[in-house]
Amino acid sequence: MGELGIKPVLLWSDALIFMLVMVLSTFFYRLRNDPQTRDRWSEVFSQRLGMVTCTVIMVYVGIALLDSLHFRRALANPEGADAMEVFYDNKVISVLDVMLDGMGDRFERTYSAPFALKSFEKSDMKDAQGRAVRDFEWLEHAGRHLANPQDKWLDLLRLSAIALVWGLAASGLVVGLQWVLLRGSAYPWYASWLVQSVVICFMVWLVYISRYYHVLGTDQGGANVAYQSLKGIRTGVLLGTLATLVMLPIAVTLGVMAGYFKGWVDDVVQYLYTTLSSIPGILLIAASVLLFQVYIDLNPDVFSVGMEKADARFIALCLILGLTSWSSLCRLIRAETLKISQLGYVQAAHAFGVSHRRILGRHILPNVTHIILITFVLDFSALVLAEAVLSYIGVGIDPSMGSWGNMINGARSELSREPAVWWTLTGAFFFMFTLVLAANLFSDMVRDAFDPRSGARRSGA
Amino acid sequence: MLAYIVRRLLYAIPILIGVNLLTFTLFFVVNSPDDMAASQLGDKYVTPEAIANWKRKNGYDKPLFINGEAGGLAALTDTIFYTKSVRLFAFDFGRSESGRDITTDVSTRMWPSLAIALPSFVLGIWVNICVALMVVMFRGTTLDRWAVFVFVCLMSISYLFYIIGGQYLVAKQWMLVPVSGFDPAFEPWKFLLLPVLVSVVSGIGSGARWYRSLFLEEAGQDYVRTARAKGASEISILFRHILPNAMIPILTGIVVLIPSLFMGSLLIESFFGIPGLGSYMLDSIRSQDFAIVRSMVFIGSILYIIGLILTDISYTLVDPRVRLN
Repeated sequence: MGELGIKPVLLWSDALIFMLVMVLSTFFYRLRNDPQTRDRWSEVFSQRLGMVTCTVIMVYVGIALLDSLHFRRALANPEGADAMEVFYDNKVISVLDVMLDGMGDRFERTYSAPFALKSFEKSDMKDAQGRAVRDFEWLEHAGRHLANPQDKWLDLLRLSAIALVWGLAASGLVVGLQWVLLRGSAYPWYASWLVQSVVICFMVWLVYISRYYHVLGTDQGGANVAYQSLKGIRTGVLLGTLATLVMLPIAVTLGVMAGYFKGWVDDVVQYLYTTLSSIPGILLIAASVLLFQVYIDLNPDVFSVGMEKADARFIALCLILGLTSWSSLCRLIRAETLKISQLGYVQAAHAFGVSHRRILGRHILPNVTHIILITFVLDFSALVLAEAVLSYIGVGIDPSMGSWGNMINGARSELSREPAVWWTLTGAFFFMFTLVLAANLFSDMVRDAFDPRSGARRSGA
Repeated sequence: MLAYIVRRLLYAIPILIGVNLLTFTLFFVVNSPDDMAASQLGDKYVTPEAIANWKRKNGYDKPLFINGEAGGLAALTDTIFYTKSVRLFAFDFGRSESGRDITTDVSTRMWPSLAIALPSFVLGIWVNICVALMVVMFRGTTLDRWAVFVFVCLMSISYLFYIIGGQYLVAKQWMLVPVSGFDPAFEPWKFLLLPVLVSVVSGIGSGARWYRSLFLEEAGQDYVRTARAKGASEISILFRHILPNAMIPILTGIVVLIPSLFMGSLLIESFFGIPGLGSYMLDSIRSQDFAIVRSMVFIGSILYIIGLILTDISYTLVDPRVRLN
């Protein structure tokens, strides 16, 4: 890697998310052969809305994965140093940072409005004659190429047109390739292509314009808001998937065992989830996170500073969210297993002397998969929303790690300013709303396709 | 019926013990009294004597579960677990780490919480049912599909944005009500209006969507077809047949929430500066006052269990086919 001038950095959450992607891909690859599952999925994807929402979710996941490839850049060798030795930058950056073309490096001093050329607040400065005046300062990274500030909007229009041409060319390339491959497909791929083109054009435009202006302004610390909103994607997507990943095995194992073995196993499992769900969820999460925080504070040597600490806290949060939220899924699976284990084919398997393990694996588990799938998609959006609330309470993501919750928390009182600072909230709102809306709509369609009850209702109506 | 309630109450005891043990383990085994003393005293004042002093003052200078030095029953009672956790069963919440009496705090802060939670709850259900009924009237049309889409959109907006947006529009732009605060003596409704409005509006998405699906489930039943064959108008079918039958799942589904109304809403109360139990919890979490968190966890669990029992009872009340046993 030395030749490339980079040194890869693998955070725990990165490793986990790539592992998760691999597990899910193999899972779906193996499900591919099951005709019933194929029917269900094709029902989801034969609708335009299914294609659109799935594409949007995939875009988010893709950005999250790009943002999970971390590395440290090599520094230029100082004069006189040993040429063989390579020094690396302390700052960990991701592939996404590179693709955004240094968008996150353009800091201002404090707030500035979207596309503004001057700072939002007045500050003390010297004028041309060297007298001290109080005025709006010119921004460091906005509109520096302009000869005349009045030309700003005209310049923006010109830049946008150039960006659009590039964006259309790029999306033409991407969509064209898919068109060649998927020409005869029965699915409405054009809906997905449309979304892809819009996303590509938007991203190209954002990156291109961000070279000259702050598209969504800057926040109190002077950081680019559009960049922060994009960095929030990784946090949201990872939290939503990793927490569910923790919760699924607990809920499925306990639920299936309780419903299948009944008796004292059932009593114990029921006792466990009633106890857990009777504790107010937010208090349990808050208490657990606080305790972990106290543990980190008291044992500073366990984690080396900065990013690893934030990452450890993030994984702890996923673990805690998973460990405290399995009761509702467990209840559903227990009820479903109770029902299934009464059915003829399970009884027949018993009579033939098939082992418990085989019955559970071959007959029961495949028949509760639809519940697991529906819960996975449904919980995802709930967790993304929960992150914002937890960060507001102060038990969420570490403030050094970008997240929508932290953005909202930092800007919530700024609307009361005159004029209001609205852009931070808008950025967080837009990116969060799009993801949650897509996930909610997609989960609705998955439920309609996979839930036998809703299918019966549809055919009956 | 009485025997059933008594049995359910007895069944609640092991659950409460479990809650107690879990919170106790969370708070004391992971986070030892020494650590608590250190974080409460602040970094500057951490000396061994100060820690010992703090532990003695707050009653943390005892062993966790079993006191070997004391004889007889005192071996079990003279421990942190007994004094801090078992006493909760007698509703003896003790004092917070900062020395305030938790029982007094809870009983005074309960009323502002209830003043917001109760109207939001009742009004919310009423609004959701009205909206859902309106949508069901147009079932199967484009209007219905768009309404569902709007519901999902409303669901996808974070609760924080409802609060921030409400404060910005209603309080700052239109200046109808104060942004935050609570004063029971001086026109309390003025302070309650916005929080109630925000919680009702934020609930429409998920609530109306859920009620709509309940109504639709009823609308597919045979008795509806019979009523239609009989010549009943669509309006009368909706109000005379579908609504009363759909009220069964609606009522039994919300009964579990009623006792928890006392706990108030964490977010609403902290944003609007209302001195209720929700903001009490939030403050205690932020100041890491675990005595309060522990008590609130206990109260919350009791209220939830009462809610579960009430749910079972409500089943028999609204649906005579269900028998308790």
